[in-house]
Amino acid sequence: MPQYFAYEAEDVIKAPFDGTVTAIAESGSTTTVTLQSDAGEVLDFKVDTGTVRVSENELLFDGDALGFVASWRMGPLLDGFFTTIWISVVASVLGLIIGLIAGLMKISKNFAVRNLSTIYIELIRGTPLLVQIYIAYFFIGAVFDLHRNVCGIGALALFAGAYVAEIIRAGIQAIPRGQMEAARSLGMSMPQAMTEIILPQAFRRILPPLSGQFISLIKDSSLVSVIAITELTKRTKEAVSSSFLTFELWLVAAAMYLIITSVLSQFVFYLERRARASD
Amino acid sequence: MIRVENVSKVFKSRGAVVRAVDDVSTTVDKGEVVVVIGPSGSGKSTLIRCVNALEMFEKGHVYIDGVDIADRKTNINKIRAEVGMVFQQFNLFPHKTVLGNLTLAQMRVRKRNTAEAEEKARMLLKKVGIPEKEQEYPSRLSGGQQQRVAIARALAMDPKVMLFDEPTSALDPEMVGEVLDVMKQLAKEGMTMMVVTHEMGFAREVADRVLFMDQGKIVEIGTPEHFFTNPQEERTKLFLKQVL
Ligand SMILES: Nc1ncnc2c1ncn2[C@@H]1O[C@H](COP(=O)(O)OP(=O)(O)O)[C@@H](O)[C@H]1O
Ligand SMILES: [Mg+2]
Repeated sequence: MPQYFAYEAEDVIKAPFDGTVTAIAESGSTTTVTLQSDAGEVLDFKVDTGTVRVSENELLFDGDALGFVASWRMGPLLDGFFTTIWISVVASVLGLIIGLIAGLMKISKNFAVRNLSTIYIELIRGTPLLVQIYIAYFFIGAVFDLHRNVCGIGALALFAGAYVAEIIRAGIQAIPRGQMEAARSLGMSMPQAMTEIILPQAFRRILPPLSGQFISLIKDSSLVSVIAITELTKRTKEAVSSSFLTFELWLVAAAMYLIITSVLSQFVFYLERRARASD
Repeated sequence: MIRVENVSKVFKSRGAVVRAVDDVSTTVDKGEVVVVIGPSGSGKSTLIRCVNALEMFEKGHVYIDGVDIADRKTNINKIRAEVGMVFQQFNLFPHKTVLGNLTLAQMRVRKRNTAEAEEKARMLLKKVGIPEKEQEYPSRLSGGQQQRVAIARALAMDPKVMLFDEPTSALDPEMVGEVLDVMKQLAKEGMTMMVVTHEMGFAREVADRVLFMDQGKIVEIGTPEHFFTNPQEERTKLFLKQVL
């Protein structure tokens, strides 16, 4: 089981050229092997003490093993855990930006702009995320020759963006009209009033639904495993199929998702408490 | 200072058409205090909101210092900075302290630095009688205090004109006086003011002219003496009988 989180791997250190071993110096846990190439170049190599495979004055050929260096590597579950985190973070940030733009477009006075946003929101919310991921990868990704990560993150971000847009629209419209009027009556421009007066107030109201949306996104990110992005779910599936620790590994995967989502919840809780200062 | 020419504003909502302001013309001269009275729904708010283009009217013109505010070439933000507005519901920014409420637009619109803006804000808070509240959030203030902060916020822009839309109607009776006192002080200092109010005592004491509106039209204009002693129109007489 622990090897799925981290394991110690040994890397072979090889001679990069034909030459001679001129010195071997041991100091504690590392040993330095000094090589001189046939052309006269001198290089030092560090290997773990006790793993040295050569002796002094030995003639070496390019690619011969000098010794080994052991190092800790992330196991598949931990690797998947971090992949899930960074995919979720990037998709959340993009989703927030897309949602903010689409949400503002949705309350625009311009008919075309408003409708464009509505179409986007309805298209995304009316179709399953799994189908969107397949379209993003097998169609859009194939046509434009995009990396699978780009397709997966793009699909997640567009999906979250549609819901975020609705949350932001509702949050802005919940702010009394008098706030915008007061700001404009002081001579502030529309963008100034939005960024200084409306959005900061709306932010506090939309924080709870917004965090719910991002928690969903973290969980939904498991779906990109279908296009072979090696996030937590994909990694767990692989580990299960090679070890048959079905029960244990899936429970661990669930716990790791729980860790990510509860850290986010706690962070939002902290933000909410801070924002309550002006009540 | 303010010239309103044949302004009409129609609201269409669910098939119903309301002529909120119907072909109204009037002026407010420099240093003058004009009080607008009239029954509820007569178009007083709509008219005063047309003066700083918070309401876009489809017909007529409003000139502030000779500038047509509905002209496409007019920078409306610049005009609004010259026209202070005080609302019935105060509309203070709840996420900002009193000081923040007073300094924000000074810095963003008037481009003053923090020190200048805060100095101005403190001077005005002293003037409206609440210098000790600058670090409070609006929700911690009484209605009367909030409205005085709102007046100070508008004054911080150094406006040429002040518009008041029923500034005391949302206040508990015991707080009306403190707000009216600030407004009287402003009038005494020569501020040009257009005030929608039901406070007849204020109209009588402070107004240079009183303007009576009903059903979107100005029915009668006159000095307070004329209005309260010798009104000419039947509708004016009826209204005054109800409110006095
Ligand atoms: N935003 C609006 N939409 C539709 N009708 C409105 C709107 N604002 C005001 N009205 C209508 O216009 C008329 C005048 O309203 P208002 O100017 O608020 O009157 P007052 O301030 O004198 O009470 C009323 O009949 C009111 O219902
Ligand atoms: Mg009104």
